[in-house]
Amino acid sequence: MLGKLTLSAIPYHNPIIMGAVGFTILVGLVILGLITRHGAWRYLWTEWLTSVDHKRIGVMYIVLALIMLLRGFADAIMMRVQQMVAEGASQGYLPPGHFDQIFGAHGTIMILFMAMPFLVGLWNVVIPQQLGARDVAFPFLNSVSFWLTAVGAMLVMVSLGIGDFSTAGWTGYPPLSELGYSPTSGVDYWIWAIQISGVGTLLTGVNFLATIVKMRAPGMTFMRMPVFAWAALVTCVLIILAFPVLTVTLALLTLDRYLDMHFFSNGLGGNMMMYLNLFWIWGHPEVYIVILPAFGVFSEVVPTFSGKPLFGYKTMVYATAAIGILSFSVWLHHFFTMGSSANVNAFFGITTMIIAVPTGVKIFNWLFTMYRGRVQFTPPILWTIGFFSAFLVGGVTGVLLAVPPADYLLHNSLFLVAHFHNMLIPGALFAYLAGYMYWFPKAFGFRLNEKWGKRAFWAWLVGFYVAFIPLYVLGFMGMPRRMEHYSDPAWLPWLEVAAIGAVIILFGIIFLVVQLVVSIRERQATRDLTGDPWNGRTLEWATASPPAVYNVARIPVVNALDSFWDMKQQGPAYEKPPEYADIHMPRNSPAGFVIGVFAFLFGFAMIWHIWWLAIASAVGMLATVVARSLNDDIEYVIPAAEVERTENERRRLMAQAATQSPADTGADVIPQPLPQV
Amino acid sequence: MTPQVQAIDAALLAAHEHHDARDAQAFGFWLYILSDLILFSSLFATFAVQMRSFAGGPTGKDLFDLRYVAVETLLLLLSSASYGLAMLAVQQGRSARVMRWLGVTFLLGLGFILMEVHEFYGLVLAGHGPDRSGFISAYFTLVGTHGTHVTFGLIWMAAMLFQVGFKGLSKPVAGRLLRLSVFWHFLDIVWIGVFSVVYLLGVM
Repeated sequence: MLGKLTLSAIPYHNPIIMGAVGFTILVGLVILGLITRHGAWRYLWTEWLTSVDHKRIGVMYIVLALIMLLRGFADAIMMRVQQMVAEGASQGYLPPGHFDQIFGAHGTIMILFMAMPFLVGLWNVVIPQQLGARDVAFPFLNSVSFWLTAVGAMLVMVSLGIGDFSTAGWTGYPPLSELGYSPTSGVDYWIWAIQISGVGTLLTGVNFLATIVKMRAPGMTFMRMPVFAWAALVTCVLIILAFPVLTVTLALLTLDRYLDMHFFSNGLGGNMMMYLNLFWIWGHPEVYIVILPAFGVFSEVVPTFSGKPLFGYKTMVYATAAIGILSFSVWLHHFFTMGSSANVNAFFGITTMIIAVPTGVKIFNWLFTMYRGRVQFTPPILWTIGFFSAFLVGGVTGVLLAVPPADYLLHNSLFLVAHFHNMLIPGALFAYLAGYMYWFPKAFGFRLNEKWGKRAFWAWLVGFYVAFIPLYVLGFMGMPRRMEHYSDPAWLPWLEVAAIGAVIILFGIIFLVVQLVVSIRERQATRDLTGDPWNGRTLEWATASPPAVYNVARIPVVNALDSFWDMKQQGPAYEKPPEYADIHMPRNSPAGFVIGVFAFLFGFAMIWHIWWLAIASAVGMLATVVARSLNDDIEYVIPAAEVERTENERRRLMAQAATQSPADTGADVIPQPLPQV
Repeated sequence: MTPQVQAIDAALLAAHEHHDARDAQAFGFWLYILSDLILFSSLFATFAVQMRSFAGGPTGKDLFDLRYVAVETLLLLLSSASYGLAMLAVQQGRSARVMRWLGVTFLLGLGFILMEVHEFYGLVLAGHGPDRSGFISAYFTLVGTHGTHVTFGLIWMAAMLFQVGFKGLSKPVAGRLLRLSVFWHFLDIVWIGVFSVVYLLGVM
């Protein structure tokens, strides 16, 4: 009846896990209790869970990303503490099996359930508005994508309390991930969590590429499109080309584990190196899927806070496209030690070095944009500057690793771990946090507290260096990655320093939470009535903050790059249209949530071999999709009169803001905090 | 703004409103087909790596009956042709004829799937199941994935039969029929690859 699932799957004998489970459940209960106390269930259901509004979905994505950031960081600091103490006679506090689960969960969560939702969330909030569109191309599909992503994250969380998580790392290399060596359901949690959320990501890629290609405002040619949207376009192409390979790779591993096939097994014609090739044909583009949108954020933040147009717009676009293409030609550098011929390794070493060139072009473009600009050192620009220095170190060590003979020495050492954290923390996370602080007023109508934002930045930046520079040294000293215990006392001091770095980062995270709380408390004082708090250059700043459900009452016509800036200069930015028209908007639908529930049951059933439930939930998913497709009544109309009322109210608030704060025509003026409305 | 610019803007806006949601839907569906193509490419690559990994077990020559597969292929190709006739009827707006040809397509597709299931069943019964060798694993997975796609196509087609029956050839229904036709022909093309790479190369 319950497949492999028995009571013994719950690790009640392990106090650390049970503590984590208890804490998670407690936090969950507190949240549920608060929702109930405020009678917010109906509001939550009608306005959020069933919403197909891209802005709402974007916020939910980012909430998911921030929650998973906390979980992933909890894993990180546990590993740092373990390695700080588990030297020589001391075994530390984590047994090997538990430690192995933690590093696998940390990597899986940070890449797939923190970085991916974060960037997709930013796209959702920003991209349609940047294009002057009212929603994405497929609003309902967008809701499905979100729920599939959330289901993946939930499966990872459930593995904490029921069963275990994969001990094969976030890459799940066979033969370790094969049934013979990982007989528990841990690898299955890993497979199904990624598989289900991967489908969501693929749908997101299709959705946003269709949005960007088909729904730009009239006059917005491709070369007038903001770089953030360009980065999203290239990223979507990467998603569409790369994620199906991941789907296949995981499916083949699933077949090995469930039906005793021989794709990656040791014997009977299996070929485990094929797994590495397939995995990284997805995995390397995935690195750029995570980082290109981040570059897009910097390309918006730098011009806005430098008061200048972006330097080298065209080279930025070409560099983005070049990185996108090259990202498919470097996958083998993840396993030079596979033992391909010297020529093969040389080829991939050279392509890897070449990909650093367009990245360098971008860095120079940002620097030249800031050069002679009047740079305002707001939190978003601080994250950007921190990124410049740190990312440079990561890039240089990456080029070093691209040299195959050097890679043979450094492969799977902590040098590698330091390198990719050096790319992903400043390159991706700093950018997402910059984007979060930059676009927060757009999504919620008030600004985030700058003081706490700056504190968070400094804690993150300093903590990052203190935590990861020692890992470079340890790599040179020969320490491999993923060790739960070691006996070389020379490593100990460096690991102690790294643990201190993790604690400094912890403060960075605490400051982020404090920033959010403080900002919500003082929101009356930091209201953004203009919709354009930073004197922005792109169309998302033309809408109200937060925008009306339809974003724009009238689709704007674009005549230049930096179109909103152009409109402000030429005059039509806030021109009142002669008349308003009815607006058709997609209706909210519970079907996305329902598909998510069935997907969760399906994943859970597959993990525990509960076949009747798997079949039932698969049928449920299919039936929901068919039922939804039969429904042609998926739109509603906002009458012109209501649009006019909404727009007039916005105009009133803007007029109020204009009389209360100095006219912000100069490039360097941040509107003063506005008095309570 | 000068009046000329305003006039140009108005024209642009009108053009913008004109290309409606179905345009984006068709484009989005092509993107999905592209991603599916990558999925099959990965499976073909996997098969190419493992097409000689017999592990002492049977080879393609021992397993495949080309004449049987030729009949299967014929059914699928004919189903593509009959779907084309259904689409012609969609353009003429004759819903009864659309349903007739969709029905024919459905039966041909069903025949293909039943033949495939029968072939798989025979192989497993003879002890040549997918757990025998890397080669047979790759064979079952590639051919089976195609078969799963065809099955989903059949379910979709059944749903469309009902939709045409109850709703007639409304714009959304016609759009769905068009997308299903892209899907169906795409599966045909993939099958040509399967037939050549798996079966023809397999028995050679």
